[in-house]
Amino acid sequence: MSRTVGIIGYGAYIPRNRIKVEEIAKIWGADAPSYKKGLMLREKSVPSPDQDTITMAVEAAKNALKRCTINPEEIGAIYVGSESHPYAVKPSGTVVAEAIGATPSIHCADFEFACKAGSEAMFVAHGLVKAGLIKYGLGIGADTSQGAPGDALEYSASAGAAAFIFGENDLLAEIEETYSFMTDTPDFWRREHQFYPQHAGRFTGETAYFKHSLSAAMGIMEKSGTKPDDFDFAVFHQPNGKFPLRVGKTLGFPKEKIETGWLVPTLGNTYSGASPLGLTAVLDAAKPGNRILMVSYGSGAGSDAFIFKCTDKLIEVQNNAKLTRDYLDKNQKYLDYGTYSKYRKKIIKNA
Amino acid sequence: MGITARNWREYPQRYRLEAAKCSQCGKVFFPPRLICNQCKSRKFETIKLPGEGTVKTFTVIRVAPTNFIDEVPYAIGIIELLEGFSTMMQIADCDPEKISIGMKVKLEFRKIQSDGEAGVIMYGYKAVPVSE
Repeated sequence: MSRTVGIIGYGAYIPRNRIKVEEIAKIWGADAPSYKKGLMLREKSVPSPDQDTITMAVEAAKNALKRCTINPEEIGAIYVGSESHPYAVKPSGTVVAEAIGATPSIHCADFEFACKAGSEAMFVAHGLVKAGLIKYGLGIGADTSQGAPGDALEYSASAGAAAFIFGENDLLAEIEETYSFMTDTPDFWRREHQFYPQHAGRFTGETAYFKHSLSAAMGIMEKSGTKPDDFDFAVFHQPNGKFPLRVGKTLGFPKEKIETGWLVPTLGNTYSGASPLGLTAVLDAAKPGNRILMVSYGSGAGSDAFIFKCTDKLIEVQNNAKLTRDYLDKNQKYLDYGTYSKYRKKIIKNA
Repeated sequence: MGITARNWREYPQRYRLEAAKCSQCGKVFFPPRLICNQCKSRKFETIKLPGEGTVKTFTVIRVAPTNFIDEVPYAIGIIELLEGFSTMMQIADCDPEKISIGMKVKLEFRKIQSDGEAGVIMYGYKAVPVSE
């Protein structure tokens, strides 16, 4: 008999630094209002110089542990999905495991799949619990995204992390269904030793983001026999403000069902953290019985889709850790472009 | 390479804030010691220091060691984590001019330094004001 598996703890982390679209646009002679309108995005988060994918993953994991009562030593796997792992060779997951006290009986791996690496960590962690191989699994999506100076990506590439602990008992949200849709579509990539990713401009839209997001959403609804009316919330990958709203509209989800997890206008695109962070914001606000559709998207390209159903226990733990919207909407520190460049190591110092 | 091994040996303190509490007199040591300097006991229990505290005192660094020159000005503080127990750490993510004695802080996992551009990255905890 198939096991019922779900989220037993979740947590978010967003750095406090922000930079506004106007501040970036003025450096490159770009028209800020058109960028803001085109991307539906006003500002983005920026990591401090002492923050990276690992530090944010640890903070998100600690918040996830605050929302459950498990012994970290019983976590059987930690997977960190990111396209900005601090090391080219050396795992991020082992640092997270050591920091939360989950070593040494544990399996760690780092995942990469552009913006889908976080949902892929979630998918594998939950799958191992479902298979009965581990008691608890921790899946994390975290990124300090990079956008080349002056490129359209620079206006959106931001930083954040979301962590989810999966288990069989004391569920906050049951996973009712999963479905993944992928093809080989080269819409965005970064070659070895390159600082910044390249993208294929408009090719990243219809053939890539929309095709995979829509196919995964339709696929999971067909597989589960559900329709948009059966969901209270939907979270789609959010590389900018417009794309997830258009996917929702095409599928028949009203804006009200998307807004709760639609963080991108003031967060930017946290890449591997994007749809997972949206999910944390939804879980912060959801009520028992609510059903959530989450669809990630990663260039290259593919989408992972999940259907979650919230349990009675969710509302007992929502306030046990800092809420995602509190990270997003409070205590922001706005940077000028010079400080941002220094923080993001865009200034080359040749001694 | 020496710094890599030393950093690794200190993971319990740097990554998990594990301190040693004397089983006989209760004095807390961070980092742990083999012999309690108060009662000479050799028995300790491992405790985890809390993730928040208050600034007991602080100073602002304007001329920094090589690994920290890009961070000036930054603050180093004595942070009281338990009643009667304090430890020193960097106070991050804030304007040093706005730090005050008695300010509430939480501890966040951060990069402390790295062994050059190609060496290991050393992580640990820094104090971050709860709200500036």
